[in-house]
Formats: sequence, structure tokens, C-alpha cells
Amino acid sequence: MAKSTKVGRFRDTEAASGLALISPTALYAILLLAAPLATIIIYSLLTDGELTIIRDFTFANYIETWTNRIYRSIMFRSLSVSIAVTILTVLLAYPVAYFVSFHVAPDKKSLWLFLITIPFWTSYLIRVFLWKVILGYNGVINSGLMSVGVIDEPLTAISYNVQAFVVTLAHAYAPFAILPIFVALEKIDRSLLEAGQDLGESKFRTFLRVTLPLSIPGVAAAVLIVFIPTIGDYVTPNLIGGGKIPMIANVIEKLMLKGDNKPLGSAIAVSAMIVVTLVSLLFLFLIRKYLRATK
Amino acid sequence: MKFSGLRVYAIGYLIFLYAPILLLPLFAFNDSKVIAFPLSGFTTSWFSQMWADDNLWNALKNSVIVSSSVAVLSTAFGVFAARATTRYAFPGKGGILGLIMLPLVLPEMIVAMSLLIVLLAIGFPLSIFTIILGHVLICTPFAVAILSSAFQSLDKSLEEAAYDLGETPFSTFRLIIFPLVMPGIISSLLISFTISLDEFIIAFFLGGNETTLSVYIFGQFRFPAKVPSIMALGTILVCLSIALLATAEYFRRRGIAKAGGKDTGGFL
Repeated sequence: MAKSTKVGRFRDTEAASGLALISPTALYAILLLAAPLATIIIYSLLTDGELTIIRDFTFANYIETWTNRIYRSIMFRSLSVSIAVTILTVLLAYPVAYFVSFHVAPDKKSLWLFLITIPFWTSYLIRVFLWKVILGYNGVINSGLMSVGVIDEPLTAISYNVQAFVVTLAHAYAPFAILPIFVALEKIDRSLLEAGQDLGESKFRTFLRVTLPLSIPGVAAAVLIVFIPTIGDYVTPNLIGGGKIPMIANVIEKLMLKGDNKPLGSAIAVSAMIVVTLVSLLFLFLIRKYLRATK
Repeated sequence: MKFSGLRVYAIGYLIFLYAPILLLPLFAFNDSKVIAFPLSGFTTSWFSQMWADDNLWNALKNSVIVSSSVAVLSTAFGVFAARATTRYAFPGKGGILGLIMLPLVLPEMIVAMSLLIVLLAIGFPLSIFTIILGHVLICTPFAVAILSSAFQSLDKSLEEAAYDLGETPFSTFRLIIFPLVMPGIISSLLISFTISLDEFIIAFFLGGNETTLSVYIFGQFRFPAKVPSIMALGTILVCLSIALLATAEYFRRRGIAKAGGKDTGGFL
């Protein structure tokens, strides 16, 4: 091919060595990720038969996904839970990241980060289960409040329901929110803050006009890193809701395995991915607009 | 004023983070089959009950096999990808890297289900081998992220000097590059091992009849009588992981201090 010039040959070998080097990893991802994802996209467009899949092209599965009231409401529930978890997690995490970055002595910072990450190296399943113990009918909070005499019977508003999912997931994803925000805050040039205050801004206004906009990339990373996986959470509805309040992952599982309707399960999985992608893109668009406005 | 308010908040947040873990030992030593307050008495019988369960040891054996294989394989895949993307320019780099990193932002359920459908369609038997296949997929992005920053900080002139002194590309990699990225490789191994050990969804759906530790724990939650011994198991796991993390943290800090670098936390 383009081996006539020396430059051409060099380029060729550079590109070739790069491609050769990345090929094992790339092939693995193509075979075990891209091909299966392509398969569920194709499945989602086929017709379900008894124990088999009929190769008839159809949009019926997507129509079913978006018109069936049950699937639509579960999709909506999953989306609202993830949005609530994301907002709660990021709002709770920001002050902690800010505290560690701005108010902790440099030599103590890694100790704080270490303390924040330790709980997340213990089994995810056990942590989720313990939230059920904390929030349950005869759980820590209810029995505590009852023994003090604040309430007479268990609060049901916090047990085995969507609110309990949100608390559990906000706990599970805390470090994923704290760390990106912390990294973004650490990168901020401290002299900018002094400059802001020298120019007569109050501390709070300096925060609003300098620190916050500069930390937005970290916040955006935190939002996406929390939002995207939580929509597919399977364990929390199962352990805390006892399977009675399914989220989208539970529906996908049921249709794919016990329900044996792989095309519909695939269509719901693909729809969930599309919804997540659209919400994420919308969010990134808004963030970009906000950043441009502050400049 | 603002300072102390923030500090109180941060400490409150830490209590929120630690609340579940602090409850573990309480219930592990509590002499009652029900996981609830008030506590009734002290016992160590849950620990002996846990210890005597053969299924636990079998699950632990499977988990160690899976997690070690995953750690080695995803780190190897990570080395290839990180080296290729930091050293060479080639067409389609962004797309290829995007695909490799995709599992980071894909719900695990979708990764597990799409893989399961293909395995079922081609009639591939489910075993711990298929768990390894799935786990490598989700651990490789973490390995690539960790190793890319290790490879990025390499000084290219060291490599060129080695070539000038007559080393082959392979011996240069072995003698110069490999020792320099060693801390990255170790943390990639540790992180992949930990992620794989804790991962549940892929292990649950792709394992067939084989159980890993997380699948075993999930199964035990279905039997209320078994839950206290899971609290005992959890207590042991927490102690082990704190000991392990403290050791890893000690070595990481020593490594950073040696390199004169700045400490950024290490996780992610």
C-alpha cells in the first residue's frame, strides 16, 4: 500500500504496531461484548415463539415495552430511583469532598479518603442486606425510636420500599461520587480563590463563581458514574423489596429466563440503554450550557 | 464557624457510611436467630456454624480461582491496551478504546444477560469458566484506567536509550518498562481481584450450578435461619479486608513517597 515513502512506511508500522498490540484486548471486547450486545439488539427485533425465536422482523417488542402499563411504570420507577439516588448521592457527597479537599491538612487527606473507601471493600450484598436491617419494621431506626417513645408503631415509610432503595443505593455509590468531585476540587488553583476574595467577593460568592464552576467536570463524572449503573441494579429490589417492587433489571431477568420471552426482554434491555444514554446526553448538554454561561 | 460545621457534617457522613458495617459484629455475636434489636446475648455459635458449612468452603475455593484468574487476565489485557494507546497512534483508537471501556458505564445486568443469551444460543456449558469470561470483561476497563496512568508517566527517552544501547524491544520491555510500571500492575491486580470477588450479578447468572462467595451469600439470605452465620462471615471478611487494605495502603504510600509523587487517593 502506501509504502513508497519513508514517512509512509513509518506511519504504517506505527499504526500497525499499535493495532497489533491492542488486538488481544480489542478482540476480547468484540467477541464477548460487542457481539452479545448486537445479538440482543437483533433479538429485540424478532418474534418470540414457544421455546424458540422465530426469525420474523418486528417492532412489536418495542411497542409492547412502551405501551404495556406494567413495563412502562417499571421503567419509569427505575429511572426515578436512579435520578433520586444520583441527586441525593452527589448532594451529600459534595460537601464531604469539599471538606477533604479544602479543610483537611494535606498529610491527613489520604487518611480521610482511606476511611471513606473502606466500607466499599466489604461485600455489596451484605451491605444491602444490613440496610434492610436498619430500615426494616423491627429494624434499628424503628426499634430505636420506639424505645425512646417518639413513635408507637413502626414507621412504614422507610421500610422495604422505594425510599429504602434510594437510601441503600445512595450509600452503595457514595465513594463513586466523592472521589471524582474530590479530584476536580484538588485541581483548582488555590490562588484563583484568593484572587476572587482580593477582588472583593465574599467567600460564598467566590465559591459560587470560582470553585463550583471549576469543580463541575468532577460533579458531571460523579453524576454519570452513579446514574448509569443504578438504573440496572438488581440486588436492592431483590433483597430490600423482597422482589415485590421490581426494577428494570428484575424484569429483564424474568423475561429472559423464567418468562422465556427473550425478544421482549432484549427490547426492554435495549430501551433501558437508550433511555440512560439519552438522559446522560441531555445532562451533558445542560452542563456544557451552564459552563459556557459562567464563562 | 463554617469550618466546624463542615467537619461535623463530614463526620456524620462517615457514620452513615459505617453504619451497616458497625452492625455486623453486633449481630454476628448476638444469641438470636432474628436479625433485629434488642440484642439477646453473646454467642460464638454462628461462627462455628459458618465454619462447618462445606458449601462455604466450596464457594470460597471457586471465588479464589475465579478472582485470581480474572486479576491476571484483565491485567494482561489491560497492559496490552494501555501500552498500545499511550505509546502508539493508530486508526480507530478512540472507537476501540471506547468499546473496551464500555462495561464501566453499562449496567451489569445487560452485560450478563447479553453474554448469557449468546452462551445459551451456542450451547456453551455454564461453569466458573464462564464467570471468568464475564468478569474479565468488567475488570479490564479498571485495569486499563490504572495502567494507562502508569504507562503515561513513562519517560520515552529511557526506552530510546535502551534501544541505542542495543536492547531488543522485548528486552527493553522486560528490563525497563515492566519494572517502572510494576506499581500500576500490582494495583491493577488487586483492584481486579477485589471487583471480581465482590461481583454478584455475572457470577449468579453465568455460573450455572457453580457458586462463588457472593452467590453463596445471596443464597443464604433466602433462609432466615442462615442469616446470622452470614453476619459472622461478613465480620470476618470486613476484618480481613481492612487488614489487607491497610497493608496495601502502607505499601502504596511508601511507593508514592519513594517516587516523590503526590497522593491522590488510589481508588478508581
